[in-house]
Amino acid sequence: MSLIHEIDFGTPASRAEKMVTLTIDGNEITVPEGTSIMRASMEAGIKVPKLCATDMVDAFGSCRLCLVEIEGRNGTPASCTTPVAPGITVHTQTNRLKDIRKGVMELYISDHPLDCLTCAANGDCELQDMAGAVGLRDVRYGYEGDNHVKARNNGDINAQWMPKDESNPYFTYDPSKCIVCSRCVRACEEVQGTFALTIEGRGFGSRVSPGMHENFLESECVSCGACVQACPTATLTEKSVIEIGQPEHSVVTTCAYCGVGCSFKAEMRGEELVRMVPWKDGQANRGHSCVKGRFAYGYSTHKERILNPMIREKITDPWREVSWEEAFAHTASEFRRIQYQYGRESIGGITSSRCTNEETYLVQKLIRAGFGNNNVDTCARVCHSPTGYGLGATFGTSAGTQNFDSVEHTDVVIIIGANPTDGHPVFASRLKKRLRQGAKLIVVDPRRTDMVSSPHIKASHHLPLKPGTNVAVMTALAHVIVTEGLADEQFIRERCDWSEFEDWAAFVSQPEHSPEAIEAFSGVPAEEIRGAARLFATGGNGAIYYGLGVTEHSQGSTTVIAIANLAMVTGNIGRPGVGVNPLRGQNNVQGACDMGSFPHELPGYRHVSDDATRETFEKLWGVTISNEPGLRIPNMLDAAVDGSFKGIYIQGEDILQSDPDTKHVQAGLAAMECVVVQDLFLNETANYAHVFLPGSTFLEKDGTFTNAERRINRVRRVMTPRNGLADWEVTQKLAQTMGLNWNYTHPSQIMDEIAATTPSFAMVSYDYLEKMGSVQWPCNEKAPLGSPIMHIDGFVRGKGKFIRTEYVATDEKTGPRFPLLLTTGRVLSQYNVGAQTRRTDNVVWHEEDRLEIHPHDAEVRGVRDGDWVRLSSRSGDTTLRALITDRVATGVVYTTFHHPTTQANVITTDFSDWATNCPEYKVTAVQISPSNGPSQWQVEYEEQARHSRRIAGKMEAAE
Amino acid sequence: MNLHFASPDVGARTLEIVNEMKALEGPLLPILHEVQAEFGYIPQEALPVIARALNLSRAEVHGVVTFYHDYRDHPTGRHVLKLCRAEACQSMGGMALEDKVKKLLGIDFHQTTLDGAVTLEPVYCLGLCSTAPAAMLDGEVHGRLDDTAIAELVAGVRL
Repeated sequence: MSLIHEIDFGTPASRAEKMVTLTIDGNEITVPEGTSIMRASMEAGIKVPKLCATDMVDAFGSCRLCLVEIEGRNGTPASCTTPVAPGITVHTQTNRLKDIRKGVMELYISDHPLDCLTCAANGDCELQDMAGAVGLRDVRYGYEGDNHVKARNNGDINAQWMPKDESNPYFTYDPSKCIVCSRCVRACEEVQGTFALTIEGRGFGSRVSPGMHENFLESECVSCGACVQACPTATLTEKSVIEIGQPEHSVVTTCAYCGVGCSFKAEMRGEELVRMVPWKDGQANRGHSCVKGRFAYGYSTHKERILNPMIREKITDPWREVSWEEAFAHTASEFRRIQYQYGRESIGGITSSRCTNEETYLVQKLIRAGFGNNNVDTCARVCHSPTGYGLGATFGTSAGTQNFDSVEHTDVVIIIGANPTDGHPVFASRLKKRLRQGAKLIVVDPRRTDMVSSPHIKASHHLPLKPGTNVAVMTALAHVIVTEGLADEQFIRERCDWSEFEDWAAFVSQPEHSPEAIEAFSGVPAEEIRGAARLFATGGNGAIYYGLGVTEHSQGSTTVIAIANLAMVTGNIGRPGVGVNPLRGQNNVQGACDMGSFPHELPGYRHVSDDATRETFEKLWGVTISNEPGLRIPNMLDAAVDGSFKGIYIQGEDILQSDPDTKHVQAGLAAMECVVVQDLFLNETANYAHVFLPGSTFLEKDGTFTNAERRINRVRRVMTPRNGLADWEVTQKLAQTMGLNWNYTHPSQIMDEIAATTPSFAMVSYDYLEKMGSVQWPCNEKAPLGSPIMHIDGFVRGKGKFIRTEYVATDEKTGPRFPLLLTTGRVLSQYNVGAQTRRTDNVVWHEEDRLEIHPHDAEVRGVRDGDWVRLSSRSGDTTLRALITDRVATGVVYTTFHHPTTQANVITTDFSDWATNCPEYKVTAVQISPSNGPSQWQVEYEEQARHSRRIAGKMEAAE
Repeated sequence: MNLHFASPDVGARTLEIVNEMKALEGPLLPILHEVQAEFGYIPQEALPVIARALNLSRAEVHGVVTFYHDYRDHPTGRHVLKLCRAEACQSMGGMALEDKVKKLLGIDFHQTTLDGAVTLEPVYCLGLCSTAPAAMLDGEVHGRLDDTAIAELVAGVRL
């Protein structure tokens, strides 16, 4: 094991197809036209000294170190900004160049401290490397006079000197070490797209400035880490490197936060994680990261993490720490007792979208083979189950159609019910880059998100619809396309069922689906819808990206179908730059669905009633699998309240906080006799648990995650599980204790079993992933390299299916008592229920959930910014502080659900998607009133949670 | 004295200026000139308003404002006197003229007289090399300056 050093080619790759041959230092080299001489040299293995160039950003030509001589040309051009030309002869090292470089270096060093031995970048400093490369032996200028290095000059205050900015929790900015190469500024602009940094002043006074000479924390910086990665010196340095020192080995793994699935190098010193650095070869993130994946891994060593198994008789008892053996024996005997007493169907389990494919596969296998029923469900139930239904019905497969690279070929993007800058930041950066190149954007969202308007980003159309009217608006877009003759008839005739299209076209053409007809209740001006429809239908490659704002509605599945219809009617399927792309919330929600986590589906989306599929598994597992679908999460809870469902094994999910109608979840869990929670922390659900099995983090186990683009990425163990066992081992031991003959010694064997039984994974193995880096399923004989883009020559189901999308308003309606509509979302710095991110320094950006409310709605209720307000719905009430903003329209309020004390889901109702039971989180009729503090329910909940978290023999954790 | 109190309508007035001018090609520099003409300097509170209206970041606007010497982050005196310090003026006695002016006003470069009458600034160069040494008072150029001429200028602004 050693540190992975990625080659820095200095400038980005050229995409030209024409090749050019030139000679560099006597080596003939052929590269694509438009390549810089610097990059061409590096490809031949020749390192031209450089400081301001790095291949994550465009060439800049400011450091004057990479000069070369070209025969027949005057002067010494910079190799980073000079493109190759056919037949030229380049010299990268001559006496003249040596002198120039040494002189330049001498000037740099004359305004740079010489504390290399105690500097955090020691061993990882390009300035140091270049001083060595050019043979700098002497600096003649000294520090007398103007400098940025010393706080005092001969006792006088040095006005040029600036103190270190340590405001960001994860990295420091030390201006005294800055060489003003602008790499950070360009990374922020070109890679991240936030434009939070600039060079202020001019000449010798030039300094890097976050915002308007603010500190990093107060500036527009989103802490993605691109600037830190770009910095060639110690000016921007991770605090962890300052504290620990330089890493000595690194392991490539996959981030465990959102569905983008970024590849990172976990840079280690022994078993201590020094830093996570985005991996350039990562095919989802292409070397970029966000604040969560890059920095927010501290939860893995947080003091609240539980490392020993615990059991208790009643949930009012304190927890008792026990051995693993006792925990497994207790759980197995309890589950068997319950089944004996209440029947085989009385227990079930929930797989986790946070765990690996292998772990998820094992949990559903335990339930199907060990529990002997199909009572398995997963948190995708509450997020993207409508995607599965909608895309399955129209295209024939339940997944996004593109890879993320596809966005580089997109001309018009529709974003519906997604907030990628907060939820999927790395994808947002890639999308913004394309938008800055001229692609057009249509945003369908009740809120004015950053994608609607932010530096250098402006949506051509923002359709600020009323929550709950997605179907009407999507159908109206189709109405305009069909009635104005903008449909792609050739595509439809070739790829889709024509008679179904005709039926659908007649349906959407009806006048009641016109933009004018729906304007009154959707709140979207008809002209905006018409403009957006025309733009999408005629603007070139059109891609649709959507999130939970589409699925978490009573008509979630219908909206997904409407999206699929829209892509088909405009011919935007089956090539780069187009497609339908669900932005998956969690790291492995795609994988969890693929692995047969649903009560009606075996791995690979094959229905349990399919005899051939069942037979495959029955033969291998030596059991009989029920051909009847089992219980979904809400059904399990209903059955628990009814008294017929008594035990549950929950791996890595916090249903009490994340599922709708908290009080109902509470009642369901409280009615069970054995609730087993496997998690890193005593989460909210664990307050109702009888057995707690400590979980392991993604850093502590091997496996695979499947991201939103169906990409199977390796997760690699970089440290020993602090709890003793990886999650797959916990499930295996539980299965063994229950009498199952499982003998996996490594997750690769589980993947082999998945590949052997599931056609879309047929070619996947750890060896193959090692060779390929990652693959996108389907990966089998038909597509041995995986499938970056689906439905290329035809839909998976044969012909694309147009389905009518009748708008049915939700039963959740506003009225005199509850006149406002609440919708929910997330912020950049926090992730989901916040169990992880709340236990990192990310809390500096979002320490509490706030209620966003329009100034007008606030004023009529006498609410001022920062006031406590009571938020009540037909289900319940909670309190939180108000944030007054015109990002939300009048009549709409918005909050996040990252903090358990807020419990936004006390408010949400139990309405759900007609097809999949996906809860309607995004629409709740509410009322707001001023309040003076937490509600009675919140106080009681706090008390119950505190009481429930006691561990015998341990001091109660100080709050 | 750099103490100043921004009037509460800086944001509103800035937004009016931006809205009038944002159709121009490359509107940022003209807008900044206009804001400076309006307030006598560019108040920090104007930057986020300009940034939002032009779809830029605060950092970008700050970078532009700080790059140009002509944009000020604080108010000046009622008059601004700029002395040319480029080569031609220096060779024609510019340095002596500089000393003279500083003595007459009792201030150094970048300072404002206590009565708030005049701010003294250096400039490189006014392009009046043929009539050096040169100065600019409130946008109006003056050439072939000698002790008497400069004393008259200074006396004029102290009134």
